[in-house]
Amino acid sequence: MKSIFNYYKSIFLALRSLWQGMKLTGYYFSHPKKMLVQPYPENRDTLVIPSRFKGNLTLIHDAENLHACTACGICEINCPNGTIKILSKMEEQEDGKKKKVLDKWVYHMGLCTFCGLCVDACPSDAIAFDNTFEHSAYKSTTLNKVLNNPGSKLKSTVK
Amino acid sequence: MLLTITLADIIHSIDTWLNQTLSPNLALAAELVLGGLAIIGLVIVMAIVMVYAERKIAGFMQMRYGPNRVGKWGSLQAVADVLKLFMKECLTPKNADKLMFAIAPFLVTAVSFMTFAPMSFAPGVQFWDINIGVFYIASVSSLSVIGILMAGWASNNKYALLGAMRSGAQIVSYELSSGLSLITIVLMVGSLSVKDIIMSQGDLWWIFKGHIPAVVAFVVYIIASTAELNRAPFDLAEAEQELTAGFHTEYSGMQFAMFFLSEYCNLFVLSMLAATVFLGGWMPFHIPGLEVFNHLMDYIPGVVWFFGKTFAIIFLIMWFRWTFPRLRIDQLLKLEWKYLLPVSIVNMVIAAIITLMNWFL
Ligand code: SF4
Ligand code: SF4
Repeated sequence: MKSIFNYYKSIFLALRSLWQGMKLTGYYFSHPKKMLVQPYPENRDTLVIPSRFKGNLTLIHDAENLHACTACGICEINCPNGTIKILSKMEEQEDGKKKKVLDKWVYHMGLCTFCGLCVDACPSDAIAFDNTFEHSAYKSTTLNKVLNNPGSKLKSTVK
Repeated sequence: MLLTITLADIIHSIDTWLNQTLSPNLALAAELVLGGLAIIGLVIVMAIVMVYAERKIAGFMQMRYGPNRVGKWGSLQAVADVLKLFMKECLTPKNADKLMFAIAPFLVTAVSFMTFAPMSFAPGVQFWDINIGVFYIASVSSLSVIGILMAGWASNNKYALLGAMRSGAQIVSYELSSGLSLITIVLMVGSLSVKDIIMSQGDLWWIFKGHIPAVVAFVVYIIASTAELNRAPFDLAEAEQELTAGFHTEYSGMQFAMFFLSEYCNLFVLSMLAATVFLGGWMPFHIPGLEVFNHLMDYIPGVVWFFGKTFAIIFLIMWFRWTFPRLRIDQLLKLEWKYLLPVSIVNMVIAAIITLMNWFL
């Protein structure tokens, strides 16, 4: 008797759970406004990308074209993919001492996995991700970038 | 008035015109060719519509847009896909059984076209009114498993063979409960002819008239026909993750397109059969006693009723596909032999008692 009851109970429970699933997809189907996917090229102007999205790696420059990179190379060591090359040069300071300064901050985006380890590792918070995402290019060499602006200098506040 | 011209009138006038201009034999031949072309046209148009609908429904149920680039709202996407398949080369694997490999898609497609013969699309529009219509459709549509087995065997590919074997096991077992649920209604009607079944639903459709047995039979039939169609949640025959594409793994180009076409054609046929047997075919929705309402319903042409019901069932089956996860093979066979078959046998006995006692609404 008990097993017969359980048999019908299992049929009933199965139908109920199936109906729950169908209710959910039916709800999605009848509420196209809730669509998660963005109609991308059409809504390009109104598109909101979350600020924490890891788009493009940038070296932060302030208004006076100063950056915070000391060319220590920690980001280069931390990058698992060999994406970064920090090219430094020795430069004579006003006081006559020679000091290592940044020459070129080379970023090969084609190798980057956007893991963010470089940003985490940087001791002077010189780099950050912005949220641009339109990276497509016809040649892979287009993706090799130099991140420091021409003529930019190290901020005096950073040691 | 435009509404009073029915499809039957158009067919009748074509028939008289052909008989006037040609000799009777030639006229018959011309009518056969026209009928065949009409079916092929109907199937191709319906397949394109269904593929588009399927992709849109899938998209909306998964909170995305589906095709939306080719044509307005992506409406030409299916056409573009068909053109692409036309351009492609039909490859044959090196060690395949060449003859069987080439025949299999034709067999599957031919079988699904054959099932259209006893269908009644509108009042008086029917190719062949045989007295075993429902039986004919059920038996012919299950022939397609031979084509599937041929395709799987001839491909000389383990995935294809496994897919074909699974499909065979599935169709053979689910054939039983879908047949039994059709018999439930056939018992109540007392005839296997499609025309008689539709005519018997003039007052109310069987799903309302037949008490609980009809509802249970409808549910069982929908489940079993989804399984026969090899559609999700019963798409073990072509489970992409395990078997790449099942029995049509090795097919490409138009040969693949024919399998695809027959799949949608079978979906269409089984939905038409469900609409005919359970929901009254082209019969408008009538409620006994409400004369005005019934007359209003009569103004909607039979074709609209028929295709409306068919598409409602197609939508239901597509809804299943995009909601439920796939079953395992043991779960699949358990569902058939331990649940659907006993339920439909008991159901049939109850229906027989109801019929004997004449307890209809
Ligand atoms: S995000 Fe990761 S992969 Fe890209 S440059 Fe930084 S550390 Fe290298
Ligand atoms: S970006 Fe940061 S970690 Fe990399 S070299 Fe400059 S200061 Fe060092």
